[in-house]
Amino acid sequence: MTRRFQVDLKHAMAAVAAVAILATVSVAPSATAQSNTAVPAAASSTSTAPATPAATPAPAATAPAANSNAAPNSGDTAWMLSSVALVLLMTIPGLALFYGGMVRRKNVIATVAQSFAITCVVTVVWYVCSYSIAFGTNPDPGQNQYWGGLGNVMLKSVTMDKPFAIAGSAVTIPEYVYMMFQMTFAIITPALICGAFAERMKFTALLLFMTLWSIFVYAPIAHWVWGGGFLGAKIGVLDFAGGTVVHINAGVAGLVCALVMGKRKGLGHDNMAPNNLVYTMIGASLLWVGWFGFNAGSATAANALAGAAMANTQIATAAAALAWMVAEWVVSKKPTMLGLASGAVAGLVAVTPASGFVNPNGAFIIGIAAGVGCYLGAVFLKRAFKYDDSLDAFGVHGIGGFIGAILTGVFADAAINSAGKVHSALTQFYGCVGTILWSGVVTFLILMVCKYTTGLRVSEEAEQEGLDMAIHGEALHET
Amino acid sequence: MKMVVAIIKPFKIDDVRDALVAAGVEGMTVTEAHGHGRQKGHTEIYRGAEYKATFLPKMRIEAVIQDELVAKAIEAIKGAASSDKIGDGKIFVLPVEEAVRIRTGETGLTAL
Repeated sequence: MTRRFQVDLKHAMAAVAAVAILATVSVAPSATAQSNTAVPAAASSTSTAPATPAATPAPAATAPAANSNAAPNSGDTAWMLSSVALVLLMTIPGLALFYGGMVRRKNVIATVAQSFAITCVVTVVWYVCSYSIAFGTNPDPGQNQYWGGLGNVMLKSVTMDKPFAIAGSAVTIPEYVYMMFQMTFAIITPALICGAFAERMKFTALLLFMTLWSIFVYAPIAHWVWGGGFLGAKIGVLDFAGGTVVHINAGVAGLVCALVMGKRKGLGHDNMAPNNLVYTMIGASLLWVGWFGFNAGSATAANALAGAAMANTQIATAAAALAWMVAEWVVSKKPTMLGLASGAVAGLVAVTPASGFVNPNGAFIIGIAAGVGCYLGAVFLKRAFKYDDSLDAFGVHGIGGFIGAILTGVFADAAINSAGKVHSALTQFYGCVGTILWSGVVTFLILMVCKYTTGLRVSEEAEQEGLDMAIHGEALHET
Repeated sequence: MKMVVAIIKPFKIDDVRDALVAAGVEGMTVTEAHGHGRQKGHTEIYRGAEYKATFLPKMRIEAVIQDELVAKAIEAIKGAASSDKIGDGKIFVLPVEEAVRIRTGETGLTAL
């Protein structure tokens, strides 16, 4: 998604001009342009978008064909339809299995049920209002810096045939496809948080929390970065596919959840070893494959930029898996499957914001940094500060997202994406800070709402018995 | 009559059985067991979190034999069960008061 929100104003201007020209001319290659660069945004609305940032015309260059602003391109559309399926696969069953393998046997069903339920809840919320908040274009340009308004509530005004633009840049896929693509990102982000409070949250609290979080945390931040809001369009934060919006956001929310909810009963003396690392390996593999839709799909077009993003994704992921494995091998003497899988996910996370801006050398370095950095985060940071981020939502997504976001500012290569010509680690840092503050504070407030309505944690007795039986009345049986 | 009890590593069970049969031991009973010796099990590490597996899987073999065979049986088990690593197990020898073959009612050494 998002790719860049970035784009600085100068570029934006250029882009706008370019888009306008293309539009009229049509033939130009602009199609791609939008894509990547642009952010999504605006949603339906068309046009309007004021700002327009992004635009990065550049990519366009490579782009194939032309699309003028409006007409959907069937090649781009076909790839984006596929990407929607790939990204949904990341959550169910990918993330569900990744997490499901790491909990104790008595909590497996409850853990996979969380991912599945979140998929359903966020789908409904997205259709009702989150899409509008994230990718609508607020008629008041001042407000549009912060949220997209209610113009697309219940998908009103999502058009079949009108051309539309995202944060001011034209998109060559139909808005329904764009809306679905963004929905799959909105689904996985809250599902990632579940790793932080695994094995102890009430299901009612989960449903309420995720509904509110999707509306008040995810949707606004997506708008700020990709939808024409201030982080992407104004400040120029580069985030190709969601380092800030998805990973830092989910990681920080996870940390707040872990701090507020407290540790699992028995942590430190009970055996909490993963019940089945084969599930975890299968889940990590599905995440990896699905991530091609996430990152290469964030080009919003079937073009060279998508190809570069795919290559970067693969290289960074492999490098990170090896880096985590080696770090662990040195420190605790064994190369573990859990380490390989965790390292791969750390690499996927870190390359997410960078995938459409850096070249393969940058991706390789980002992968190594993420593998080692997230290993240290998941193993030592957690122990030093004594919080129970059970499955390392913060250790992997928060830290990995931060490493990737900052290094995108270091390694962005204009030869890959002209939208990344102006880049700085400092600008990236601002994007991280904005996300961390909003996500941290609003997540805390939502937790308080849940605490005083549904309650947050299951009873000690239920925790001891296991959430599978206590909440769902179901159990895994011996085969 | 003596009972020889050996606690060994599971992957050595076939070798030990063959060695005992070759040494002249007619019958034996095998049980899956869990336990630890001085080594106190092993440690699993998941993302830095350590969990001790105190009891490791072992096989327990019991054979009741005549006194003269004891030294040979011990040598057979030692030879077959050794991997030269920690956790190879132990052999115990106990006196046995009586043996009865249920089908025929024979007792003592003839019942073995």
